[in-house]
Amino acid sequence: MIPALGLLAGILAGLFLHPTVPLWLQPYLPIAVIAALDAVFGAVRAVLDGIFNDKVFVVSFLSNVVVAALIVFLGDQLGVGSQLSTGVVVVLGLRIFSNVASIRRHLFRA
Amino acid sequence: MSDVTGRHERPEGIPPTPAEDSHVGAWGRLVRMARPRATKANALAAVLAIVLGFAIATQVHQTQQQGLESLRQSDLVRILDDVSQRSARLDTDARTLQATRDQLVSGSTNGQAAVKAARDRLDALGILAGTLPATGPGITLTIDDPGHKVTAPVLLDTLEELRDAGAEAVQVGPARVVASSYFSDGPGGVEVDGTRLSEPYTIKAIGDPQTMAAAMDIPGGINETVRQLGATPHVGESTGLRIDALQTARTPRYARPVSTPTPTQ
Repeated sequence: MIPALGLLAGILAGLFLHPTVPLWLQPYLPIAVIAALDAVFGAVRAVLDGIFNDKVFVVSFLSNVVVAALIVFLGDQLGVGSQLSTGVVVVLGLRIFSNVASIRRHLFRA
Repeated sequence: MSDVTGRHERPEGIPPTPAEDSHVGAWGRLVRMARPRATKANALAAVLAIVLGFAIATQVHQTQQQGLESLRQSDLVRILDDVSQRSARLDTDARTLQATRDQLVSGSTNGQAAVKAARDRLDALGILAGTLPATGPGITLTIDDPGHKVTAPVLLDTLEELRDAGAEAVQVGPARVVASSYFSDGPGGVEVDGTRLSEPYTIKAIGDPQTMAAAMDIPGGINETVRQLGATPHVGESTGLRIDALQTARTPRYARPVSTPTPTQ
């Protein structure tokens, strides 16, 4: 509940403050957001599976974000930044979908 | 770290069927998880969630007002191409419009000049044809002729003398004298254009007063002739003479202008 409220508060703050993303962060932010979403959905799934652990969630969240940013950074250095970003998004999207499917099965038995 | 697995917790009472158990258990676990718990990890998760929400909103906002800096090189090149093409097109448009404007401006000044020239010409012709009142320096020649000795030829001589001296507009008695005017000796006296002149005869002429006065005064001139006839001439110079008598312009019945190409202004 508190994290959900936190998410809402963060969105509202972002909507009202209109922060500008610093230039060095611009390539990484979208990927980091996707990775964090993946961590969140994984956490919800873990809750439903009954194997949720706060520590695991925090660590996976941070590591997801860092690794995603690292991959994009590496891709930029190698000159394949956009392709690698696409790849990361695809992989994370697949994971999110599979997590959501699992959540759905748990909650709605369908 | 709180115990969140919930695997070992079952609702009290009759154990549900496996399907129900799993179903209800899933919701129950979710609800239990949603309960606020004051742990460090939960607070940390909340902070992460805030950061995530903030990041999402920021990124969405950023994407909506996407500037050029996040575009790829090929896109930038395409946009640059578009912009330069557009700018070239607008440049051409601007030049065309400028040329049109210049044309219109010069055309209107040409038109104004033409109108002004035409108006000046109209004034000059109106004074010549006697259709406009005229004012200016000139002389007034009064001839007292109690014996009615002054005849039409004398007056005609006077007129010719005044014209030679540069008279531009002449009025004899009540009549404006123009190119087609004539003097005749009628039964009751001298007539101008069919109008009988009453004595004394007054001739007003606009022109250089000194020249015309001198022309009247020369030996053997009008003054001398008139005096010899027993009449008394009197010449008065003035700087603000006004000639109000008008002739109606007649449309020529036979003469037609030769059509020549209109001279360009």
